[in-house]
Amino acid sequence: MTKQVLVIEDEPNIVEAISFILSRDGWKVSTHANGETAVQAVYDASPDVLILDVMLPGRSGYDILKDLRANDATRTLPVLMLTARGQRTDRELAQRLGVSKFMTKPFSNAEVLETLNDLVSG
Amino acid sequence: MLSFNTLVAVCLVYVMLLFLVAFGADRSAARNKNRFLNSPLIYTLSLSVYCTAWTFYGAVGYAARSGLEFVTIYLGPTLVMIGWWWFLRKLVRVGRTQRVTSIADLLSSRYGKSNLLGVIVTLIAVVGTTPYIALQLQSVTLSFSVFARDRSAGWVLPDLDATALWVAGGLALFTILFGTRNLDVNERHHGVVTAIAVEAVVKLVALLAVGAFVVWGVGGGPSGIATAVDEAMRAAPGEAWAIKGGRWVGLTFLSAAAFLTLPRMFQVLVVENLDERQLSMASWAFPTYLFLMSLFVLPIAVVGLATLPVGENPDLFVLTIPLHYDRDGLAMLSFLGGFSSATSMVIVASIALSTMVSNHIVMPIWLSTRPGGASVSGDVRQILLTARRLSIIAVLALGYLYFRISGGGAALAAIGLISFTGVAQVLPALAGGLFWRGASRNGAAAGLLTGFAIWAYTLFLPSFGEAGVMSASLLADGPLGIGWLKPQALFGVAGLDPVVHAILWSMILNTATFVTVSLLSFPSPLERLQGAQFVNVLDQSGPAKGWTMPMATAEDLLIMAQRIMGADEAQALFQAQAASQGKGGYLPDTTPDFIARLERELAGSVGAATAHAMIAQIMGGATVSVDDLMAVADETQQMLEYSQRLEAKQSELTTTARQLSAANEKLTQLSIQKDAFLSQISHELRTPMTSIRAFSEILRDGGTAHPDAAGRHASIIHDEAVRLTRLLDDLLDLSVLENGQVELNPQRDVLSNLLDRSVSATSSVIDAEGLRVRRYPMHEQVELVTDTDRLVQVFINLIANAAKYCDASDKQLRIKVGRRDGELRVDFVDNGSGIPPESEALIFEKFSRLTDQAAAGGAGLGLAICQEIMGKLGGTIAYLPGQSGGAFRVTLPLEKPA
Repeated sequence: MTKQVLVIEDEPNIVEAISFILSRDGWKVSTHANGETAVQAVYDASPDVLILDVMLPGRSGYDILKDLRANDATRTLPVLMLTARGQRTDRELAQRLGVSKFMTKPFSNAEVLETLNDLVSG
Repeated sequence: MLSFNTLVAVCLVYVMLLFLVAFGADRSAARNKNRFLNSPLIYTLSLSVYCTAWTFYGAVGYAARSGLEFVTIYLGPTLVMIGWWWFLRKLVRVGRTQRVTSIADLLSSRYGKSNLLGVIVTLIAVVGTTPYIALQLQSVTLSFSVFARDRSAGWVLPDLDATALWVAGGLALFTILFGTRNLDVNERHHGVVTAIAVEAVVKLVALLAVGAFVVWGVGGGPSGIATAVDEAMRAAPGEAWAIKGGRWVGLTFLSAAAFLTLPRMFQVLVVENLDERQLSMASWAFPTYLFLMSLFVLPIAVVGLATLPVGENPDLFVLTIPLHYDRDGLAMLSFLGGFSSATSMVIVASIALSTMVSNHIVMPIWLSTRPGGASVSGDVRQILLTARRLSIIAVLALGYLYFRISGGGAALAAIGLISFTGVAQVLPALAGGLFWRGASRNGAAAGLLTGFAIWAYTLFLPSFGEAGVMSASLLADGPLGIGWLKPQALFGVAGLDPVVHAILWSMILNTATFVTVSLLSFPSPLERLQGAQFVNVLDQSGPAKGWTMPMATAEDLLIMAQRIMGADEAQALFQAQAASQGKGGYLPDTTPDFIARLERELAGSVGAATAHAMIAQIMGGATVSVDDLMAVADETQQMLEYSQRLEAKQSELTTTARQLSAANEKLTQLSIQKDAFLSQISHELRTPMTSIRAFSEILRDGGTAHPDAAGRHASIIHDEAVRLTRLLDDLLDLSVLENGQVELNPQRDVLSNLLDRSVSATSSVIDAEGLRVRRYPMHEQVELVTDTDRLVQVFINLIANAAKYCDASDKQLRIKVGRRDGELRVDFVDNGSGIPPESEALIFEKFSRLTDQAAAGGAGLGLAICQEIMGKLGGTIAYLPGQSGGAFRVTLPLEKPA
């Protein structure tokens, strides 16, 4: 069965790169670029796994993650957070909020793929 | 019949008797059986020390020469006792409350415990008393000589000088035995005073006996005497017996002054006074004593003149008349009377003088020469006694010296008057000290020295005779022939009696100097306080007193309060109190409420006990010494100053701490800013890197054979690399600008050209965003000399911003040019909604993008760079609020047309 991934990211080039990589690997990819409507997008798409940027227009990835973890439907949804701000405090904050995996940009394509596969199979 | 041996034996027995009396009195005083000793009678009789050998012998001689004028010498003290009772009472009260030991001590204490003044008064007293002591020596010597001449019964006096020396030596021994027998020198001399009282009786009895014998035994009763007086008056040469008004007034004043200021009188009047009530009896009893002493003076004089051989010394009539009539017993009694007069004077005067000399001269010198003189051990008392004994010897030696130098020839009365005038110089300072709070130490010292100098110049030095200290020519023509400086006719006032002349000038100049200098000098706090103590002594130490005090006390309280609380606070307190009483100034009525309040205020600074003591000290009921009080006040002042310094230090520290805290906060802020900046840079760099890496990995892995996709991926990599480069360029640009390492390249150009360049450089974004740029070329013909490339960079930024951020549907940008105040203004105004007011302050900050990243397409460094550039070019860039849309103004100083 085809796994579905939702990519919430506002940099168009990065969205295109991730989409290309995952599609090629057989994922069903949907994307969303706005922070404010991201939570609703998650409910609408109900993906198997979520890729979440931190610095989004309108709302930060942390706030979105908090909302998702507060809702029963998405409490256990695997979330891979990608950020260009790779400081330790950012990582700690994400982990406290219940992130499944935290990666800093720029990332290795293979690593992203491997992580996503781990998250959906585990 | 009276042999030398008998005479000496009688004298010795008499002295032994006196010694026993003194000893007994001391013993009973020690056992507190002193009711008799405390009686006002003893006190009154001890005052008779005023009546010396001068009075005993000399008054008769005076009467024989000048008639009734001798009465002035009795009149002065009588007037003082009766008329100046209030003065005496004040003097005695001050003496008792201040525990003074001599007149020098009194003045020194009054004028701020000035030892200088003590020394001056001591010297005046010594010099002034020396003739007086010489006078006693002379009279005793003369009385011995009378016996020697009249009675060749076994002995002849070898030499008057030698006799005087023997007498002086004997008196010194006598005085030392009497006056310094007590180890405790601070106590009153009960024994001496009692012995003096006995001697007073002896001399009165002797004089009355001689007088009675003369009147009824020789002169034929009162009527015979009256006849003899008439005859004597007719026989007297010239105007000698006439009553001269000026001399009478002068001499009465002089004797009154001397009565108060003579060291021996002060000793018995004030120092030996046991109870103020003794004064009330003395005030009538002592004038009575004087009256009795003077009663037979004139009769003895006239009878002596009438019955004794011409050329007989009238000073010795009291002795020579009984001897003439072979009344040996009476002569003996008379001799003892004269001897009593002389000895009592010398004893008391020497005690008084030795106290002054040892207290004000010897002890200060001794203490200052001792290493660590401040720590006085137990042997001081012995030292003090020794000092007094030596002083007594010195005083008598001086008297003897004067006797030798003056030749012993002058009449007794003349010597007495010289002495009186000398010590009277103390009167202005004494009276001023008791009644005038404004009297100051400097004034007292200046007055004393002035009066003393004039006395010495006009009376004392001339008294040694024409061949004495002053040359005859000096006396006749003045020093260096200056007529108005003639010693006995100062300032051209000639024709006066020398004594009256000396009294007049010395007292006038003394008083004038005293008052003037006092008014000109400002007394120290201690002086002011002592002055108040002395002047207000009767109010303060009266038996029944409330807290109702005169205005003067309020001033003292203010002075004290200032020392404790500081001038401003104390004055404010007093002023407020005065105002609440409806008065102006700083001196409120010292109501009980106010006193209580002040005491509380002071207690806050010095503690309750000290505050109470201080108030009590000023308001009366002195229980602490002024010195203690001043020490406390000074200490408090120092503590106050110290704590003020501490306070200042503390506020300094607080300020420093606040500054440090501010600096620390600023550093923290900077640190946070730096972290945020680094974090921002990290983000701005990583974002393009992410795309580059992702697509380059895709290309490397060759995961897609589709050439179109590969080409697209490659072009994304390229775009992101360009973006990255631009970001790095911006960062470097900003860094260079901020560090001031930028090199400007000024060029001459016209503004329209620069705007053309800017618009064409941004044409791609303008076209993409659909921005219409409106310009006003007419105004753009402005020639500039500046770094045109940098200015164009700023313009490009502003135009691109307008293109990217203007949110109007029909984007429009107007570029307006204006000139004002020598500067060029270029305004870039778009038709969007502008920048929200709360963000206006932020837009020139680094990385301050207001909209989302995707739309911005830059790192948010543009405006920050623009601001740096305009600063470098000498101009400004600012946001213009209140325009129709987003608006920026660039200003640049214009070159003045040459």
